[in-house]
Order: sequence, then structure tokens, then C-alpha cells
Amino acid sequence: MEKTWNNKAWFLVLPVLVLVAFSAVIPLMTVVNYSVQDTFGNNQFFWAGTEWFEELLGSSRFWQAMGRNLVFSAIILAIEVPLGILIALNMPKKGWGVPVCLVLMALPLLIPWNVVGTIWQVFGRSDIGLFGYYLNKLGFNYNYVQDPLDAWFTVIIMDVWHWTSLVVLLCYAGLVSIPDAFYQAAKIDGASRWAVFRYIQLPKMQRVLLIAVLLRFMDSFMIYTEPFVVTGGGPGNSTTFLSIDLVKMALGQFDLGPAAAMSLVYFLIILLLSWVFYTVMTNYDAER
Amino acid sequence: MARIDLDHIRHSYLPNPQKETDFALKEVHHTFQDGGAYALLGPSGCGKTTLLNIISGLLHPSHGKLLFNGHDVTKLSTQERNIAQVFQFPVIYDTMTVYDNLAFPLRNRGVPEGDVDRKVRETLDMIGLADWAKRKARGLTADQKQKISLGRGLVRSDVNAILFDEPLTVIDPHMKWVLRSQLKQLHRRFGYTMVYVTHDQTEALTFADQVVVMYDGGIVQIGTPAELFERPKHTFVGYFIGSPGMNVLPVEVEGKTAKFGSLAIVLPGAPEKTGGSMELGIRPEYVRLGRVGIGVSISKVEDVGRHKVVRAKLEGREIAAIVGEDEEIPAEPKLRFEPAGINVYADSWRVEMRA
Amino acid sequence: MLELRNVSKVVGAATHIDDVSLTLQHGSLNVLLGPTLSGKTSLMRLMAGLDRPTSGSIWFDGKDVTGVPVQKRNVAMVYQQFINYPAMTVYENIASPLRVAGADKTKIDREVRQAADLLKLTPYLERTPLHLSGGQQQRTALARAIVKNASLVLLDEPLANLDYKLREELRAELPRIFAEAGTIFVYATTEPHEALLLGGNTATLSEGKVTQFGRTIEVFRKPNDLITARTFADPPLNTIVLRKSGAKFLLDGGVSLPVPADITGVADASYTVGFQPHHLSLERPNDQAVPVRAKVSITEITGSESFVHLDFADARWVMLSHGILDLTADEEVEVFIDPRHIMVFDASGRAVGAPRLAA
Repeated sequence: MEKTWNNKAWFLVLPVLVLVAFSAVIPLMTVVNYSVQDTFGNNQFFWAGTEWFEELLGSSRFWQAMGRNLVFSAIILAIEVPLGILIALNMPKKGWGVPVCLVLMALPLLIPWNVVGTIWQVFGRSDIGLFGYYLNKLGFNYNYVQDPLDAWFTVIIMDVWHWTSLVVLLCYAGLVSIPDAFYQAAKIDGASRWAVFRYIQLPKMQRVLLIAVLLRFMDSFMIYTEPFVVTGGGPGNSTTFLSIDLVKMALGQFDLGPAAAMSLVYFLIILLLSWVFYTVMTNYDAER
Repeated sequence: MARIDLDHIRHSYLPNPQKETDFALKEVHHTFQDGGAYALLGPSGCGKTTLLNIISGLLHPSHGKLLFNGHDVTKLSTQERNIAQVFQFPVIYDTMTVYDNLAFPLRNRGVPEGDVDRKVRETLDMIGLADWAKRKARGLTADQKQKISLGRGLVRSDVNAILFDEPLTVIDPHMKWVLRSQLKQLHRRFGYTMVYVTHDQTEALTFADQVVVMYDGGIVQIGTPAELFERPKHTFVGYFIGSPGMNVLPVEVEGKTAKFGSLAIVLPGAPEKTGGSMELGIRPEYVRLGRVGIGVSISKVEDVGRHKVVRAKLEGREIAAIVGEDEEIPAEPKLRFEPAGINVYADSWRVEMRA
Repeated sequence: MLELRNVSKVVGAATHIDDVSLTLQHGSLNVLLGPTLSGKTSLMRLMAGLDRPTSGSIWFDGKDVTGVPVQKRNVAMVYQQFINYPAMTVYENIASPLRVAGADKTKIDREVRQAADLLKLTPYLERTPLHLSGGQQQRTALARAIVKNASLVLLDEPLANLDYKLREELRAELPRIFAEAGTIFVYATTEPHEALLLGGNTATLSEGKVTQFGRTIEVFRKPNDLITARTFADPPLNTIVLRKSGAKFLLDGGVSLPVPADITGVADASYTVGFQPHHLSLERPNDQAVPVRAKVSITEITGSESFVHLDFADARWVMLSHGILDLTADEEVEVFIDPRHIMVFDASGRAVGAPRLAA
């Protein structure tokens, strides 16, 4: 909505603009610069044109990492969204249980990424970790350091543990905004538990669910810290996601040019996907 | 449709009610006849919604029994009672079409699709939304949404009663007239038992055959609109019904005369009971302003189009009179009370008069 | 003096306010009357400076304030929802605008008590809003608006969330409170009855346009067009489309109404004749009254009055009578239209001639 014009407002926005310029625009330009050049160190640069981009898009290493990212995002969305809804539906709506549940739910969200990684790194170890040790005791041959499947399993469990709460809290906010009259009317109409969910709760949660999916998708697509801490991208390359690959390339191998090209492609993908989500959501709003 | 018996029903939200004041709803012992239209009227906090929730089964009374057609339903849940309810804010299933909204209660009960279709089409005709059947319910206006809420009740042939909880709150004045008359027509044609909760006297009086006036958790009077208007049992009814409400003047009664300050007002009869604090009640509609009677000074005239409300001072107290649109207010106005409109109250309750 | 000059507000493809010009005087009460979405709230937002008009200008006491934001306009607003500071007492709530303005203690105390007295809040000054009834909460919000000593006070359906009787009481007091404050009051409502009780001036709104502005009772009695007449009628205005032929209005089925003397000269054409429900009666009110046969649809009785819904040809009419009139549904009755009280509108909806009034 259009607001009253006030020139002073620009002064208030200025610090943010400066900050964004230094933190986003200037680094981005540097990356663009690197992506079209080659260097052998010593600050000597050679024009490389689109060479790095061609190499990147033709490399199986990039596409494999990309595939891993997509599979990972798909899996955690498939788990976290239904699980989050389920937990939100079963949370108390009034009484002393509400604050208790909310605090419990918020706890994982408050732990820093690398700490989450460290916790699971220890927790999952088959020799001293509670989780890994007892899994092996129960007869599962679990070792995330050696088995790619186990590594994936660990990273996914870790993400679900860390982030399902976010989906829960968003859904819960949607649920408590439904007036009591809707539930009363549903009772009177003889609606089953499923019908109440399908025709009252789900439509009312639709908007927050879209936000939850968007946030979780973007976040999971950019995942770095936790797998880096727990598996370091291994075993082999099995948990080497785009971001980890990027760091390996840039800092490990110091291939600045290809790494810059990859950053840009990565950035454009996320931008594109965010835009798609944003359009879907605003269209949805307009429809309402 | 059903007859509803409220058998010594009381309700308290406290676990161990002791005193009368612990009860949000004081004892109600009354019968709603099969096919009757009833309104529960009163200010907020008077217990009208508590009573409605007891009938619908959202609330179980702490004392007493509720019977539908003689069957005890006190312990039954809302679903088992087979009632329909229209809420203050329209409750519709956003994602469904108008048709599916109406079909919903039938499909939930496993009614064969052929019967569903027949009943839904009938109902759509009844509520005048036949042309909107295929539309999504989301984009409709407030009054159409309320019709859908009502339709979901009408579509079931086995409903015992239809309950209304201030259903016209969000409706524009013009639409209120249309919806009210349609509701009344539906009642005339199909004879539903209806209970309507409201704080709006016009809605209550125009809708109901019998209006239940409630105040402070109890029923003050049950009667037809005419009875409530002509013979309010309690000064609260006199005040709450009518716009403006009844003029209530403190008086001293001697035989057939009521003394109000220096004035002596002749009563149509001698009150059967005197003593305590005596009051005379007269509605503004029965206060005549003209050239005969007691001289008054006019403080304000409100012209509301179809008539004027005159506020005058009589012996230091404000008194309201209604004057017709075309009637003139004399320069030296005098007022008199029409004997037919005079009621006498002892300790706020009406007393009969002997001629 | 607040002046709106050709103000429009367009948001996307929707025109919220369409070329509105209004002049509101100091010390006046101005009612904005119209149904939901007719533009009442949009117009108030423009007046307050919460929104900037798409075109046109807003003037206050001869100064152009079009771009001036709400913080600088000395405006007070009261909403349909009861908005108070929940943690503060009634006293502190009322005092809050004075504290913001930096008034000294004695002045605050004096003005708070004065406002509390005016709005009958004195016994509740030490309570918090949670312990007040809806009516008292809204009185607190009103007191805060008044104590602010704003040059413009906007009230957006302030009584809509109150019980009928509370609404009636507060409504009776408002004109007195407004008169004492002496600023420009703007009051939005959907209810014609409320506009009449408040008196003052009324602007009728329809689809973002102000259709008429003038003294309330005059707008009610002499609407310039059919939309205004319809907006300002509760029960709804009764209408009938008639064909003028010389000195008579004709309709198939033998109904004919004499054309009022002052407009017998207008062209013979189709006209919409409107009349208020209380100008339709079962008994012949005078010799000129015209009988019409209509079918009773439903009767509503309030105890003092009866509303009879009648079907006449394709039209639905409401007849308002004093006393109790229990007519059976589907019965055919003869009712009388009083030609002294009819309003005549041409095909474009403009009123024709001066509206006729008795007395």
C-alpha cells in the first residue's frame, strides 16, 4: 500500500543500503570478476571468458553434487513437513502444556549449526556415541564414517532433529488462529477427524506451510556446516553437497576461477527457486 | 424437529457452586414447543450464550436435564443431538464449492449420493443460492456465507432444532432486512424449531413467537413481542425493550393515585400490592405531547425520520416521548400519560391493578 | 476547516475513492454513511494522512496538507475494536496523549478528570481495561481521543461492537460530547438510524463516491438521487417504476398516481417513484392517497410497530405501521401510497423537482 512520502525516511534506510553494498554487492562483483578469469596466484589474472562455466556445466562432479542437494532437500521436506504438521496438530491449544511445548520445540532452533554437527558427530559414533553404540548393540551395522548410506541417514536425522521444530511452530501459529466456531460447526456437521484436517485445518495452514516449505527448501539447499562437521563430505564424495564442493574447490584446491563460476551458478539457482516460490505465494495471496 | 424441555437446568463454571451468584445460568425450567421460534434476548453476560451452548451440547449443565421430544439428551455430544447452528461469524469450508458445503453434512453421515444431490438442490432453492452452486465458497459476501451456514443445517431432514448465535452481526443493514424475512419465511413454510440468541431487540422481536428476556443469569420474562411491549414484568424488560426504553418514575401510591413529586397521576386501577419502592412505568409511545396536561420543558428533539423522540424534563427527571412525523410540538408543551400504557412496579416487579 | 478537493484513491485496478470534494467545518459532526466497502474507511485514512491520495489535494485551515503524514496532523482516531493500553489504568490510558505532548501534572490531572466526567468514567479510573465492559472500554478510547485536543477526530464505526442498548445510550450522549469538544468530528456508520440520531451533517457514500452532503435530516428528506435515497433508508426504500403520462403516473394493472403539481411539466417517460415504509399504510391517510393491491409475504412485529413485507409485481415493499398488525401470509391487501411523500427519480436516477414534504 502506498504510504505518505517522507524524505527523511531515506536517511533511515541509508545504513542498510551501505551495509548491503559492502556485504552483498561488492563481494558479488568480485565473484563475477573471478569467474571469468584464471590465476596462478601472485595476483596475476588472465581472461578466461566462459571457460569455467563451460567446464562446470560439463563436469559430472558438479551435477552429482547438485543431484545430492536436490535429493537431500526432497527427503527432508518429505519428512519434516508431514512430521511438523503431525506434531503441531497434537500440541495442546491451551493450559500449562502450551508454554512447555513451545519451549521444547524452540530448543533445537537455538543451538548453533556447528554445535548441532558436533553433537551428532559424537552422538552417532559407534564406539562412544549413545546413538551409534546402541544401534550397533541392537544388531544394526551402523557406521557413518564408512558407509555412505549411514552417512546420509545421519545427516538427514540431524537435519530433521534440528529443523522440524520450525515447521511445527509455523503450523501451530496457523492452527491456533482458527476460531472455535469452525470446530463446533464441524462437529455439528458430523465431520470425521480427517475431514476436519482436510477442510478446516489444512486450508487455514496453507499459507504458513508455503512459508515453511520455502524456508526449509532454501536452507536445506544451502546446507553446509552440519555435514561438514560430521562427515566432511564423505565417505568418498557421498555427502559432498554443492556448498561443500565449493569450499573444497576454492580453499582446498585454490581454484578460484571455477569456484567463482560455481558460486554464481549456485546463487542463480537459489535466486530462481526463491523467485518461483515467491510468485506462487503472492499469486496465492492475490487469489484470497 | 423436536420439542425441547429444559428441566430445572442450572449451570456454573465453578467446580463447587454454593451461592446463587456462583451460577452463570440460574434455574431455567421451560419448554420450547416443537416448531416454535424462540429468541434469547439480553445484554452481554446475561447467560443467553451459556443456555444456547447447553442446548447445542457444547456445554453440559451442572444441574438439571435437557430433553428432546422426551428423550434425555443431557449427556449426549453435539453430534449425537442432531442440531444445526449458525454462528456469529460465517463458518464455511473455504476450499469447497457452495454445493459441496451443503453436501458435507450428508456425505459425512454416509447418505447415498443420489439423495445428497436431491437434498442439496432443494436446499439451494430454499436459500436462494441455486445459481451459485458451482462457485467456490471463499469469494462470497457475508450474507451469502451465512446462508450457506444455515443451508448446512437445513439440508439434513433429521435436525431437531436450528440454533442461531447472533447471526446478523456482520451483515449490512439492508441485507439484514432481506435475511430476516427469508428466515421467517423458511420457518413458516417448514416449521423448524428455532432458537435465536441476540442482544438486538429488533432481531429478537421480529424473529420470535416467544422472546425470552434474560438478565444477570436468569430469565426475567418470557412472552410475545406484544406482551413484552405492553406489560413488561420487570423494569429491566421495560428498559431493555423499546427504543428508547420505558420511562420509569419513582412514585408513592395511594389507592388509584400515584404521586410523582408534586404531581398526582391517576392510575387505571388500584395496585394489588403496595409498599417497598414503587415505580410507575410508561413507554414513550404512550406519552402524549400536546396542549393539555402537565407543563414540561423540552431539552432535546431527535428527528429519526419516521418519528421524533422528544426528551423533556418533568419534576427534574428526564422523560422521553415519541411524536409522529407530521405532528407539531407546541410552543408551551404539555404532556399526559395514556392510561392504557401505565404499569406499576413494586421493587422492580410489575403489580396488577384492580379497576 | 478540512477541505478535500477532488480527492481520488486508486489501488491497483480498484478505485477506492472516486473524486470526492468535501468541506468540513470546525465544531461540526459529520457522518459518513454507506454500506461495507463503500469507501468510509478509505476516506478516513485519507483525511487522517495515513494514506496519500492518488490525485486531488487536502487542505486544513487554508494550508495544503496533502503530503503531511499522520504524526504531524494532530488527528485522533477511534476504531470499531476497543483499542486501549491493556497494562495501563483508565486514568493512564486517558492521560497518555497528554504525556506524549509533555503537559504538566496539574494540567494532565485536570483534563483527565474532566474527560472522565464527560464520559462517565470517574468511578473506573483506577481499573485496567480488562476489568471494564465493552461500553466502558470504548468510552475510554473516546476520552483519549477527546483529551488529545485534536483538530480532527475520526470515529470508524465506534459502536458496532457494542450491545444494542449500550449503543443506544452512548449514541444519545455523543452529540453532547462532540458539541463540547468543538473540533471536527467524522463518524462512519453503516446504519441510517444512527446517522439520524447523531444529527449534524451526513455524506452518503456509494462505491467510493460521495453522493450527497448536507444537513443529516435534509439529506434524508431530500435525497438528490436514487442511490442516496436507498443508502439512507432503513427499512429499505420502497420503489416502483411508473410511466408518466400527462398528469398521471401509470402502471399496468390500473394503478395510477397523480403527478405532483410542481413536476407535471417534465417529459413523459419512465420514472422511479420511491417512498419510505412509514408512508405506506393500511388505512387511507387522506383523500389523495392511492390504493394499491399487494400480497403479504411476511409480517414482523416488534410490539410497538409492525413491518409488513409486501410483494407488488416484481417489487418487495416494506410497510411500517404503529401497533400490532398480524396479517396472514399470501393474503392480498389494499394499501395506500401517500402522494405527498413520494420521491420521483428519472431514468438516470436524478431526483426530479423538489421533493415533497408534509409539514
